[in-house]
Amino acid sequence: MAEKIVVDARGSFCPGPLMELIARLKLAQVGDELEVLSTDKGSASDIPDWVRKVGHELLGTREEAGVWHIAIKKTK
Amino acid sequence: MANKISIVVVSGSRERLQMAAMIASVGAVSGDDVTVFVSMNALRYFRKRATDPAPAEDAFGELLEAKKAPAFKQLFQSAVELGGAKIHPCSMAIDVLGVEPAELEPWLGEPLGLTKFLSDAHGGQVWSF
Repeated sequence: MAEKIVVDARGSFCPGPLMELIARLKLAQVGDELEVLSTDKGSASDIPDWVRKVGHELLGTREEAGVWHIAIKKTK
Repeated sequence: MANKISIVVVSGSRERLQMAAMIASVGAVSGDDVTVFVSMNALRYFRKRATDPAPAEDAFGELLEAKKAPAFKQLFQSAVELGGAKIHPCSMAIDVLGVEPAELEPWLGEPLGLTKFLSDAHGGQVWSF
């Protein structure tokens, strides 16, 4: 059964949130959804670029009260 | 196809070590084939338990510390552990600094001479810091 995993990287700067996501992604199963919380604006655009480059699925990006929520699905 | 990226790090400044670590880590986790060659003033920071902070070149380096940017050593380690990067100490710098390879961080590869590094870097991108 697919899990929903939150990676709280608030307060970290690029590429900290990306590295935290990847560390968690390695432990996740195919089909799991991960949501990164980041206060770093650069990561809000860099993480989706990374997801597209390596071929996972980007589910969405939204900002709420200065925190970006980047949701992805592990596809491989 | 994976890019081949070779990064030469000789500076002991915080800003340069940070930028080299950022490129190494993001490149490695994006599927690039990353090799880092550590020499000159950079090598001392790769000793185990090295706690002396790399001095800032200018105001931005102070900001990196104040705002708690990810530590460059942590990023280099992530490049190895999450992205399969290879980080080699320069064999000449080991001799001049007078350290044993066993005194360096365990996630570093074996000491490398220039002949091997140059042949490995052939045909790829080379970045230097």
